[in-house]
Amino acid sequence: MNKWNLIVDIAKCHDCNNCFLACKDEYFENDFPPYSSAQPRMGQRWIDILRKERGQFPRVDVSYLPLLCMHCDDADCIKAAEGGAVYKRDDGIVIIDPLKAKGKKSIVESCPHGVIWWNDELDLPQKCTFCAHLLDEGWDKPRCVQVCPTGALEFVHIEDLEMQRMIESDKLDTLHPEYGLEPRVYYKNLYRYTRSFITGSVALKDVDECAEGAKVFLKNGSGKVIETTVTNNFGDFKIDNLEVNKSKYSLGVEYPGYQKHEISIALEDSIDVGTIFL
Amino acid sequence: MGTIEKLTNGTTGGPVFVYVQDDKIIRITPMEFDEDDAASWVINARGQEFSPPRKTTISPYSLAWRSMIYSPKRLLYPLKRVDFDPNGDRNCENRGVSGYERISWDEAGDIVTDEIKRIKREYGPAAILSTPGSHHLWGHVGYRHSAYLRFMNLVGYTSAEHNPDSWEGWHWGGMHQWGFSHRLGIPEQYDLLEDALKNTDMIVFWSSDPESTSGIYSAFESTIRRQWLKDLGVKMVFIDPYYNHTAGLFSDKWFAPRPGTDNALACAIAYVWITEDLYDKEYISTRSVGFDKWKDYILGVEDGVAKTPEWAEKESTIPAREIKALAREWGSKKTMLASGGLGGWGGACRTSGGGDWARLMISLQAMQGLGKPGVNIWSTTQGVPHNSKFLFPGYAEGGISGDVDNSAAGYRFVYRMHKRPTRSSINSPAGQHIPRLKIPECILDGEYEWRGKGFCGASIEAQFHKYKYPADGYPEIQMYYKYGGSFIGTMNETNRYVKAYQTDRLPFVVNQSIWLEGEAKFADIILPACTNFERWDISEFAGCLGYIPDSTTQVNHRVISMQKKCIEPLGESKSDYQIFAFLAEKLGLQDVYTEGGLTEMDWVKRMFDASDLPEHVSWDEFFKKGYFVVPIPDDYESTPALRWFAEDRKRDTPDWGPHPESQDEFGKGLQTTSGLIEFESSSLKKFDPEDEERPVIPKYIPSWEGHRTKELYDKYPLQLISPHPRFSFHTMGDAKDSWVNEVKDHRILKEDGYYYWIVRLNSQDAEKRGIQQNDLVKVFNDRGAVICAAQVTERLPPGTVHSSESCAEYDPLGKPGETADRAGCINILTPSRYITKNSAGMAPNSCLVDIAIHEGEVA
Repeated sequence: MNKWNLIVDIAKCHDCNNCFLACKDEYFENDFPPYSSAQPRMGQRWIDILRKERGQFPRVDVSYLPLLCMHCDDADCIKAAEGGAVYKRDDGIVIIDPLKAKGKKSIVESCPHGVIWWNDELDLPQKCTFCAHLLDEGWDKPRCVQVCPTGALEFVHIEDLEMQRMIESDKLDTLHPEYGLEPRVYYKNLYRYTRSFITGSVALKDVDECAEGAKVFLKNGSGKVIETTVTNNFGDFKIDNLEVNKSKYSLGVEYPGYQKHEISIALEDSIDVGTIFL
Repeated sequence: MGTIEKLTNGTTGGPVFVYVQDDKIIRITPMEFDEDDAASWVINARGQEFSPPRKTTISPYSLAWRSMIYSPKRLLYPLKRVDFDPNGDRNCENRGVSGYERISWDEAGDIVTDEIKRIKREYGPAAILSTPGSHHLWGHVGYRHSAYLRFMNLVGYTSAEHNPDSWEGWHWGGMHQWGFSHRLGIPEQYDLLEDALKNTDMIVFWSSDPESTSGIYSAFESTIRRQWLKDLGVKMVFIDPYYNHTAGLFSDKWFAPRPGTDNALACAIAYVWITEDLYDKEYISTRSVGFDKWKDYILGVEDGVAKTPEWAEKESTIPAREIKALAREWGSKKTMLASGGLGGWGGACRTSGGGDWARLMISLQAMQGLGKPGVNIWSTTQGVPHNSKFLFPGYAEGGISGDVDNSAAGYRFVYRMHKRPTRSSINSPAGQHIPRLKIPECILDGEYEWRGKGFCGASIEAQFHKYKYPADGYPEIQMYYKYGGSFIGTMNETNRYVKAYQTDRLPFVVNQSIWLEGEAKFADIILPACTNFERWDISEFAGCLGYIPDSTTQVNHRVISMQKKCIEPLGESKSDYQIFAFLAEKLGLQDVYTEGGLTEMDWVKRMFDASDLPEHVSWDEFFKKGYFVVPIPDDYESTPALRWFAEDRKRDTPDWGPHPESQDEFGKGLQTTSGLIEFESSSLKKFDPEDEERPVIPKYIPSWEGHRTKELYDKYPLQLISPHPRFSFHTMGDAKDSWVNEVKDHRILKEDGYYYWIVRLNSQDAEKRGIQQNDLVKVFNDRGAVICAAQVTERLPPGTVHSSESCAEYDPLGKPGETADRAGCINILTPSRYITKNSAGMAPNSCLVDIAIHEGEVA
């Protein structure tokens, strides 16, 4: 049976907010019984976008993480809701019944991702429905995916086995796999948001030139070289996808005709080590 | 629940499908094409095929339209200021403070037209001042060049002519290097996408953020092109004080020069090219004049200061070694210079050095062989394969006004459209006008002098012409008919605009707006207009044309939309055309204005007939489907911009200029007297060779408000840049309870329930001032103060701060014009000084401020 899945490429999201605004457009003052009741004008973010800047001026990057209901196969909200107030469809979509869920504030707290919102006026928990009402009418994607300009959001309708293959071939991750919820939202390049980099620049002091082609190597705490790279024409280097666990690293730089240079780094967050003058 | 109708309409952020049910708009989406729509273009390059997706893209603010159409801030009926009596006390000093009461359309119309008649009888029509905002809700019949301009021409008025805001440095400087006056100094862009896909190795985005600014009106059409180029391995370098949103997605290297020092950086790049022989000497010797004189300046022969990378490092903070590395890479690779977001434009052109910046951008690329394969000034936003022969008028071609002087109607369109085109003797170089940037001076002081009437596109010399207010024999202004309410958020030093309302030197003010916001609250009479979703119209995606000929080379498909009336106007609001027709009747003008009673739909049909649409589709088919995708001819031939110039051939692009009168042999060379790129400008030499503010060769001149103006800099040590906002289209989309306010990088919701404008500053500057993320702060200088929420970031260097222009609301804590604004009109702080004494343009990005934690009450 084909099921719906959303794939989010962190490297392609740039916070244009088209997804956020298209979602508001679909649901503000629009009821779609039995799928959903209207969203209020302000206050809810069925698709939220989290921002992370990494590094320090001038060597920085910025990543954005679209966060929405994961339509988990083992959802906590379904377990928390009595009387089928939250249920999962055969195609994978999780729906909060807008009638049965009335008054049940505990459904909001049940979600560890925090993607369920409380509507005070309607006395109702609400969240993303993958625009199930549109999919059932023949749309092949929800509103957010339709308006994404970079292709950061991709929506697929495939068998779980094929999705597994895609997870392996495209190196997809889920958010907080330790929650054990089996989400249907997958992230590509998640390291851009969850991991750190070490960046910097190498320069030749005597001639005041950028050192292009300098060898940079990164050793872990036990002295093993775990990454090597080469500086570009600006002398810049960037070693990414490092764990944020306060590990101790040693960064070494080599350039023919100049003294080797080594610095130790206790990595707490992405860091620009600045310019290393040889 | 009734059936859902799927209609069509258009916006500044792309054409749309609009779903209507039970007389309510329930959904607005971008368009997706079907198999019947014209085929998409295909470019073959580097062994791959490139073709765009068969749909339109959309801007974020266009998705927020439902929240604006149905906003609680909508003006639903005419209003009169409670203490305004046209036959008694006017209490002008209370404007911006007094409340309003509801009146009928007849009463409103009578007051407005009685005042117009009185003023015309006592003073003459030029005593009526009027001006619109720079843009308009979409639709070419309803556009300000159309319905508004036709009405004003018939009534008579003094126009507050717009400074060439988007172009500034290109207009006042670039034009003197290479002409292109018909494009206000920026270049043609034909077929440069194909050129880049085939040939380019690197793009330098200098003051360019197309992901945020969308070229102009072209949504996210060009995003995919940047992705294609990136995937081909094209390197992308960004030069911008802020790590902008295009940089965030694509940057391989980011340089953040101090604001106002880009010109020093540019000079140093030229220095490296000259001293290391990294430029196209053959091109310079055959395609330019005056290089040697400029070379002397660069090498320090002229003034004893060699413009070395070390010298530029002191000005800009960019390390000399990195300047060298950039110059060497740029000089050895086929590089596109994306200066500005359109192929031209850019915040750097709106600084004290804006004119020289534009000239230096042209100078640098000329040194690299501008026009040769892969080398040009191009920002990725224009230049797709394009049917330039298919005529659908841009909004700048005058719509129903037919005004051949103050729109591009005379180029090709008025002949097709009009039985009774309109013109104005007052809004002509021989009549009276004032500069929009100096409305306060003209009203409050009653006199002003300047050079250049608005957008000076007719010739290079047009911008030198001197004007004064009042013009000889013409009256002083007695009333102000303001169309829209944006100036407090969009002009400069805008407390001046507030004060200009609160004087009995201005006895009558009318405002025609859709929402009660901004300047609307300073009027005596407010006329409620409706949105384009509440009236009929017709338009093309990104179709302005005029001074941007073939602006539609920005969009992946030319799409003409039938803008269907989706719902009735809310409340008693009327379309602008209906308002003008209503007032015209009281002035005896209705027959002339409506050409014998034409409705908006009649005009739409006439525009349809006047275009080339009937050759391809019938009116009934077009109306039924709601849109038409213009086909590309099978025999389409690519004519890359300025390739003809590089190869010394006759121009083969479909550009609209230069005018034959400016060329010795029509079609050959540029518009300059020499026909070549002029490092030493003959036009500036003829005008004023001793003008030190605008020298005949492009130079770096430290800013008149920057890091070198010591006394002011000691007082206000932060340099403010105020680029276009990302999530609203200037004021369209902001405030008025729009969903855009909830975008976290647009406004911040604080505990007091207010959505605050954002000011961005580096973590070091924040720490020094005890400022943390989302703190309420005061941004201030001698011109005023604005309350904002702080965004602490690494995307700026220490010493530079960023806050967007164009807040839609104005909300002073106390007396208007004198107290801090809570809404976010950062433009209160920017200078009103012209770029140079003879360059009558705005320089908001030469601005010094400080920031402090906001103490005290806000409500």
